[in-house]
Amino acid sequence: MEALSPTMEEGRLVKWTKHEGDAVKSGDTLAEVETDKAVMELVARADGQLLKVMVPEGTTVPVGNIVAWIGKPGEKVDGAGSQESGAGAPKPAVAAAAPAAKAPAPAPAPAPVPVAAVSDATRVKASPLAKRIAKEAGVDLKLVQGSGPGGRVIKRDVEGAPAPSPAAPVAAPAPRPTPDARRTGVPYEDVPLTQIRKTIAKRLAASIGPIPHFFLTTEIDMERAAEAREALNKQLGEAGGKISFNDIIIKAVALALVQHRACNAWFQEDHIRYWNEVHIGMAVAIEDGLITPVIRNADLKNLREIGAESRELAGRARTRRLKPEEYTGATFSVSNLGMFDIDQFTAVINPPEAGIVAIGSIVPKPVPEGGGDRLVVRRRLRVTMSCDHRVIDGATGAAFLRTLKQMLENPLAMLL
Amino acid sequence: MATLTYRDALNQALREEMQRDPNVFLMGEEVGVYQGAYKVSRGLLEEFGPKRVVDTPIAELGFAGIGVGAAMGGLRPVIEFMTWNFAVLALDQIVNSAAKMLYMSGGQINMPIVFRGPNGAALQLSSQHSQAWESWLAHIPGLKVVAPATPADAKGLLKSAIRDNNPVIVLEGEMLYNLKGDVPDGEHIVPIGRADIKRAGTDVTLVCHSKTLAVAQKAADQLAEQNVSAEVLDLRSIRPLDEAAILESVRKTNRAVVVEEGWPHAGIGAQIVDLIQRDAFDDLDAPVQRVTQADVPMPYNKLLERSAKASPEKVVAAARKVLYLDA
Repeated sequence: MEALSPTMEEGRLVKWTKHEGDAVKSGDTLAEVETDKAVMELVARADGQLLKVMVPEGTTVPVGNIVAWIGKPGEKVDGAGSQESGAGAPKPAVAAAAPAAKAPAPAPAPAPVPVAAVSDATRVKASPLAKRIAKEAGVDLKLVQGSGPGGRVIKRDVEGAPAPSPAAPVAAPAPRPTPDARRTGVPYEDVPLTQIRKTIAKRLAASIGPIPHFFLTTEIDMERAAEAREALNKQLGEAGGKISFNDIIIKAVALALVQHRACNAWFQEDHIRYWNEVHIGMAVAIEDGLITPVIRNADLKNLREIGAESRELAGRARTRRLKPEEYTGATFSVSNLGMFDIDQFTAVINPPEAGIVAIGSIVPKPVPEGGGDRLVVRRRLRVTMSCDHRVIDGATGAAFLRTLKQMLENPLAMLL
Repeated sequence: MATLTYRDALNQALREEMQRDPNVFLMGEEVGVYQGAYKVSRGLLEEFGPKRVVDTPIAELGFAGIGVGAAMGGLRPVIEFMTWNFAVLALDQIVNSAAKMLYMSGGQINMPIVFRGPNGAALQLSSQHSQAWESWLAHIPGLKVVAPATPADAKGLLKSAIRDNNPVIVLEGEMLYNLKGDVPDGEHIVPIGRADIKRAGTDVTLVCHSKTLAVAQKAADQLAEQNVSAEVLDLRSIRPLDEAAILESVRKTNRAVVVEEGWPHAGIGAQIVDLIQRDAFDDLDAPVQRVTQADVPMPYNKLLERSAKASPEKVVAAARKVLYLDA
């Protein structure tokens, strides 16, 4: 059983797509495996014939256990002696329990290659050069998918991995992030914690749980956003997918984060990582939980792109077909319970992100107009932002929320 | 600059060195009247006479020993072996006398002697006459071993060998003698211990010497068609080895394939892989691959012989492996 995600410790064999006796080539899909996060494909790491399946469908086995043997046709494998031979090699009742590392080679013929015999999920195989590059660039090899033999991480794998920006000068006063730093080609900037930030972090964390949350709520007039949405969808007609309020909100959040980089950040224990890129996590309810697929560079995408991508990701999230890289790496999240008639709620921050906005229902409400001398009915939306106080202070969060409100109340501002 | 064959480049080096220094003389089987089994000594007997171009009986140990004695006495002998396969008979003089004289005489006696002749396989000479001896010879402290692959390097290295005050082995090749190339006129010296990049590249280093230069160059051509830029590093000297050049190239390309004529076990390539893994470990993106003769006595059968030898196809396959191009 191969570790198909960085956190996977065991996998449930959902379905064998190859069967005993089938010819397999390296890279062929052997089976579907359900991990802690998704259903993923288990691929062959060797050419040959699928000699023996060791794990029946529906069984959960730890990472590192042998799930099948690939070898030459007719070759005998340990614990799976060919029944026809009558050699009487007893098949262990719980074959899956045989640790991969102990798998003895059959006496004759070269040993078949155990499938995905990764006995230690924490050991990363990497070429010396890849290790050096990763070390110099501060890349965690555990998070890099190796493309070499047996999953070896090689140069081309680490060169494509995200690298942190050069550290900010320590002596300088903690610089506040500015929008100008955006899109310099550097995805984010790490700013060391100042002493006062450290104290704030410690005291507030001790106060409420590991992440000291606080909440800011505002009510947004969605009348013009609704009009814009209706106009856009009319324009799109039958041709393209419809644009939802959620798409508009994601876009507005992304654009507001561009202006308030202080909220587009990760808390990293000894520093804060201010992201220059904006990746929005979108909470999606699934049958037995919740997952947040990520719309990358949402600030650079138009509403149709965001709409198409969010529908596609949400669809696959519900069938648990997301790949790990599709639900990790968000810089900020949006949780929307509007469709459940929830007026307002608070969302829990998805660490290491520093903030999340909770979106309620859009409801018609009477609001004063013309200096308060008359009431009109307008569509209103309550948005609550949860902030990690170690990163975001009250005024910082409020400023972000004000920009978000302005954008949604005047959607044309998003075109600026 | 003239276009010469490898044999004529060697002939030019011998002639120029014999003209330059009266202590230089040539000795071996058929070097005089017959002008050399491979015509390397053409015209030398006529020009320098029988005292300096000496035909010997078929007695390798004997004339190698005479050469060692002459070198001890202050002459600068060049001993030609008709092939290095025959030189096995003379190894006692080469290994026990020539290689150790300076050391065992406490630095009193120099050994300015050259042992030269064709090495490795030609075509269908079968097991006993197709052997590449460089790993045997390079194993011995006290010997220098060079293996020129081009006419220019043949001239330059033979001149360096003759002028060296230590025993130098010059490995030539039957299949190289007709190879043509530009050779600088007159004083053209290639220092011993200096490798040469015969073709620059960025993706993989092909380390080769002697006849495998042509193999590596053909492989590099084929790799270029596959968008792979191969660097061809010609060692030229096997001992001393130009370690700096090997490491510099591997640090640039991060991958290496070592090609040699000899057998794999304890071969020259093994020594080079040892160097690379020790001193360029952090620059390696893949385990170094070797291409050698198959680990068998050379077959006489033409097809078997071809399949036993290092070939451009084998080098291309090894290069693709270190580049992870065949998943």
